[in-house]
Amino acid sequence: MNITLPKVRVPYLLLFPGFAFLFTFFILPIVNLAQTSTETPISGGDTGQYEQTFAFSNYLHAFLDNREQFARSFIFATLSTIFALAIAYPLAYAIAFKSGKFKNILLVLVVAPFFTSFLLRTIAWKQILGEEGFVVPTLRTLHLLGQQTTITSTSVAVVAGMTYNFLPFMTLPLYASLERIDPRTIEASGDLYANALTTFRRVTVPLSMPGVVAGTLLTFIPAAGDYVNASILGSPNTKMIGNVIESRYFKIVDYPTAAALSFTLMAAILILVTLYIRKAGTEELV
Amino acid sequence: MSSDPITARGDLRLTRITKSYGDFKAVDDLTLTIPKGSFFALLGPSGCGKTTTLRMVAGLEEPTVGSIHLGETDITTTRPYQRPINTVFQNYALFPHLTIFENIAFGLRRRGIKDVKEQVDKVLSLVELPHLAERKPTQLSGGQQQRIALARAIVNRPALLLLDEPLGALDLKLRRQMQIELKWIQREVGLTFVHVTHDQEEAMTMADTIAVMNEGKIEQMGSPADLYDDPETAFVANFLGQSNLIKGKIDGNDGDNLVIDLFGQKISMPKSRSHAVDTSLYAGIRPEKFRISRTGTAVRGNTLAGGRIEDVSYIGVSTQYVVAMPWGQELMVFEQNDDGVPPFNKGEEVIISWEPSFTFGLRGDEDIEAGTEVNPEEIDE
Repeated sequence: MNITLPKVRVPYLLLFPGFAFLFTFFILPIVNLAQTSTETPISGGDTGQYEQTFAFSNYLHAFLDNREQFARSFIFATLSTIFALAIAYPLAYAIAFKSGKFKNILLVLVVAPFFTSFLLRTIAWKQILGEEGFVVPTLRTLHLLGQQTTITSTSVAVVAGMTYNFLPFMTLPLYASLERIDPRTIEASGDLYANALTTFRRVTVPLSMPGVVAGTLLTFIPAAGDYVNASILGSPNTKMIGNVIESRYFKIVDYPTAAALSFTLMAAILILVTLYIRKAGTEELV
Repeated sequence: MSSDPITARGDLRLTRITKSYGDFKAVDDLTLTIPKGSFFALLGPSGCGKTTTLRMVAGLEEPTVGSIHLGETDITTTRPYQRPINTVFQNYALFPHLTIFENIAFGLRRRGIKDVKEQVDKVLSLVELPHLAERKPTQLSGGQQQRIALARAIVNRPALLLLDEPLGALDLKLRRQMQIELKWIQREVGLTFVHVTHDQEEAMTMADTIAVMNEGKIEQMGSPADLYDDPETAFVANFLGQSNLIKGKIDGNDGDNLVIDLFGQKISMPKSRSHAVDTSLYAGIRPEKFRISRTGTAVRGNTLAGGRIEDVSYIGVSTQYVVAMPWGQELMVFEQNDDGVPPFNKGEEVIISWEPSFTFGLRGDEDIEAGTEVNPEEIDE
């Protein structure tokens, strides 16, 4: 017997598992979250009992009450993205152009941290930056840090942790786009009277823009919603919006506010990312 | 004299240049002068050191030993961006993120030239592509990219323009067209062109002077006609076109001519065309210089009797014969199909003859196979 499927159906069949997964674990929860975000407590009900009242004012309250944490999230995310870019670009450049036979080993080292859990690595940073670690005593001896000053529980520790944790997400796309640059275009630039710095600015950087855009997005988006670094390395004064959502959900059991905050965060990231991509103009690049 | 290298003009002089990579000498004690305004070709098989030589002139490699002068200025260690030299790269190396206009304007902008627009427009008309100014390189065909790469280099009016296998990526027909165009552009702009290629036909079509390179050294240098008609080595004789090399012995003098014994048959050739160092030599004759006659007919000039037609290939403009000689060698003969004489048939007994002045003599200790390996470019032709 010779069964041939009509050709048109094959793509749909192949797409089905993916669609089913996304529908169950993305679309349905999002709809559910949207519903929750406009609910209010049942009058006289227990904690955690809510009814749908289409209270869109939840969004306004959620936002106004947590402006500070929103602002902090985006500032921390921006800072750690900038630091990650500053560290990853030279690293990726060196791996792509200068590493010779060590290229593969260096690439493995870049992804090596993924072999340990994100949480464990962040806790390790708490140790490193803590009173018993070697960083603080060294800096104190060198008088770069006051005797009473600490690093953990500060914004510095949170941003440092975020920069570290998202570094591979910045490095890999940067490496990929730098590695793809035809070395002859670099030579051509030198041949056309551009010195090393001008060549870097006019040829290397523009040609690596797809990697810069991908890397900054892969760092900024998760960093803006991150709460692990702030809760392990920070203090109540360094709370990010992720921490607020977490505590609203699990501690205060205020589902509508948590849901409203989640949507606000999503919308804010979406707007920022759209503006960013417009500005960076990736579609112009080959 | 130590003036600013960027303003240097004049002949390019390479003096005793060697470039080593470990034990391997890519370029070996090379001395060469390229006169200002000439179209010069470095011709050789891949790995002969021609590209390395070009890269040293461009400043992309530094010679291990030796010096490079442009006019009176020593540019041996000058950075590429400080040399008045531009390159048309193999595969063009256009900047993919810039428009065609900005690609061409790149060098002008780096040097702070004022009338960028005017100059770019002018060079775009020279290469006949003014309508493509706002496109990106990937939107262009190979031939168009080639011309833009050329425009991007010549717009700077360098003292020297280097072309690294510039036509290698184009198909045969387009390559022929670009060869003629490049030559025309060179005359039009009057710059010195140094062209690196492994394609002997390309070098002969375009260059006024060709240096044939082999294993890091120059085998012979001269005009295409000189190299073809009077090659000094077996490598040159075989690499430029085809040659019949017949082992012989110098048997005496006859005025300005030498008498040569080729397996018992006497021929003569001008003394001036012999490069032999002792009495042993190879007599060289190009296949198209031979004439074939039936045994028994009276013929002029040098003659070799006792040939037998081994193979006949009709190629339109000419017929190519393989003729087996009594001493076991097979000779190539190209005959024009212009005299209505019916082609000879396989197996016929023939006499081969030629003008004595077309003979060239090579040293008797040469490797007569040198330069005969077929390169891939020739297979598709």
